[in-house]
Amino acid sequence: MDIAKLLNDPVNELAKLLTGLLAGMGLPSALITTILLIIGVVAIGTFCLLLPLFLIWFERRVVARMQDRVGPNRVGWQGSLQTIADALKLIIKEDITPIGADVIVYNISPILSVVAIITMWAVIPFAINIVGTTLNVGALYIVSVGSLGTLAIMMGGWASNNKYALLGAFRTVAQLVSYEVPMLLSLLVPVILARSMEMNKIVGEQSIWFVIAAPIATLIFFATSVAEVGRTPFDLLEAESEIVAGFHIEYTGMKFAMFFVAEFMHAFTVGSLTAVLFLGGWRGPWAEEIPLLGIVYFMLKSFAGYFLVILMRASLPRIRIDHMLDLCWKFLTPLALGAIVITLLFDKLGPALLNVEYARWVGPDYMFARAGLLLLGNLLLGLITLYILSSEARRQRRAAEGEPAADHAAHGGHDEHGHGDEGHGHAAPTHAPAH
Amino acid sequence: MMSEWTFIGLFLLLAAVFPGAPIILNSVLLGPKKNNPVKNSVYECGIETVGDTWVQFKVQYYIFGLVFVVFDVETVFLFPFAVAYGQVGLFAVAEVILFILILVGGLVYAWRKGALEWV
Repeated sequence: MDIAKLLNDPVNELAKLLTGLLAGMGLPSALITTILLIIGVVAIGTFCLLLPLFLIWFERRVVARMQDRVGPNRVGWQGSLQTIADALKLIIKEDITPIGADVIVYNISPILSVVAIITMWAVIPFAINIVGTTLNVGALYIVSVGSLGTLAIMMGGWASNNKYALLGAFRTVAQLVSYEVPMLLSLLVPVILARSMEMNKIVGEQSIWFVIAAPIATLIFFATSVAEVGRTPFDLLEAESEIVAGFHIEYTGMKFAMFFVAEFMHAFTVGSLTAVLFLGGWRGPWAEEIPLLGIVYFMLKSFAGYFLVILMRASLPRIRIDHMLDLCWKFLTPLALGAIVITLLFDKLGPALLNVEYARWVGPDYMFARAGLLLLGNLLLGLITLYILSSEARRQRRAAEGEPAADHAAHGGHDEHGHGDEGHGHAAPTHAPAH
Repeated sequence: MMSEWTFIGLFLLLAAVFPGAPIILNSVLLGPKKNNPVKNSVYECGIETVGDTWVQFKVQYYIFGLVFVVFDVETVFLFPFAVAYGQVGLFAVAEVILFILILVGGLVYAWRKGALEWV
C-alpha cells in the first residue's frame, strides 16, 4: 500500500516521510520547512545542470543523423558519455581572463546566464502537485528571470575586451531584446484564457489545449522563444562565420562550458514552456490521479518541443539581421497584438451572443464552443494576415520587376518606374495597379 | 505566500552555487595557472587589437533598445488586466483594445519614422 502511494506520488510522499523523520528528531517546524525548501532547490538545480549532459549528446546525434554523419559514438554506449568526457576535459583547462577585461562583469556573466535558466524552473509545474513554488505571478516571473539571460550575454560580450565579443553583445541588444516584445505579447494570450498568471492554473484550465484556442500565439511564442535562445536560424549573436564566436569568444574552461549549459537548458526550457502554456503541461489520461504519469507526459511534451528546436537548427540557414528585425517588429509584433485583440473580443462576444454567464462559458459545458470560436477567430486573423502578406509581396515583386525595365528605357527616373509598373499591370490585368 | 517568495529567494542564492562551484573548482583547483602576456592578450584574427575595444557604435542599436523599453513597459500593463479578464465587462475590453490601438499607433509612428529600418 505504502509502496503504491510512493510510486504514485514520489515527491510529496518523500517530503512527508522526511518531515516525519525531522519532526521525530525534535527540530522546529520552521527549520523543517527551510530544509525541505533547500532540498527542493538542490533537486531542481541538479536536474537543470545534469540534463544538458544528455541534451548535448542527444542533439549532436540528431544533427549528425540529419547531416548524414555518425556523430559521437565512441565514449560509452553510442557515445552517451561523450559530454561527461568533454566536461571533464574542460574542468582541467586553464582559466584565462584577457588583458583589459572588466574582471568582475566578465566573471559574473557565465554564472548569471545559468542562474537565469535554473530559476525559471522554480515555477514550472512537473505534475499536478509537483512544482517548485506556486507563484501567483508565474508567467511574468518567467519572462523577467529569462531576460536576465539576455543581460548575461550582453555583460559577457561587453566585458571581454574583444571587438567580436562586442559585436555579439550589440547583436544581442538588437535581437534578443527585440524578440522579447512579441514573446511577452503572445504570453498574454494563455494568461487571458486562463485568467491567471500562475503556471499550474494555466495548465489546470487546459481541458482543451490552448494550442487549439490560440494557434497563432503558440507559433509566435515558439518562434520568438527559439530566437531568445539564440539558436540557428537566429544565431546572429554567435554567428561563427561572421563574428567568430560572438560573446563567448574569450571564455575558457568551465566558464565557456556554462554558456553551453545555459544554451542547451534554455532550448529545453523553450519546449517545456510551450508545453506548459499551450500543450497542456502535465495533462493526459490519469495524470490527475497519478502525478508520476504527469511528469512523464510533461517530459514527453517538452522533448517534442525540444526536438522541433533541433530540427529547426539542422534544417534552416541563418537569417540576415535586417530580415530578422523586420520579422520581429513588422510581422510578429503586429500579429501578436492582433491575436490578443481577437482573443479578448471573441472570448467576451461568445458568451454575450449565447447569453450565458462568463463563469459558465469557461466551464466544461461550453468547452468546445469556446475553443471552436477562438479557433475561428484565429483562422480569420490568419487569413487576413496571409492576404496582407501576399498583396505586399506582390507589390514588392512588381516594384522589383518594374525597376530593370525602367532602367532600360531611360536613366531610371521615377516616372519611368511608374510606366514599368503599368506595363506589368497590363500583362496581368487581374491585379489592380499598386499605386 | 511568504514561503513561496522565501523559496524564490533561496533559489536565487543557491542557483548561483550550481554554475559557480564548477567554475571555482576549475579556476582555483584543477586548471593550470601559467599565465603570460601573450596568452592573455586579446585574439582578433591573429593580430593585436588596434585601438580601444569599447568603441562608438551604431545608434541603431540604441534606437531598438528604446523602442523595446516603450513596448515592454506597455505590455506589462496588460498583464493585470488579463488576470482580471473574467470579471470585467465588454466596456473594459473595449477600453483595453483602445489601449492596444494606442500601442499600435506607437508602432506605426516608429515604423514611419524609420526607427525599425536596419541601415
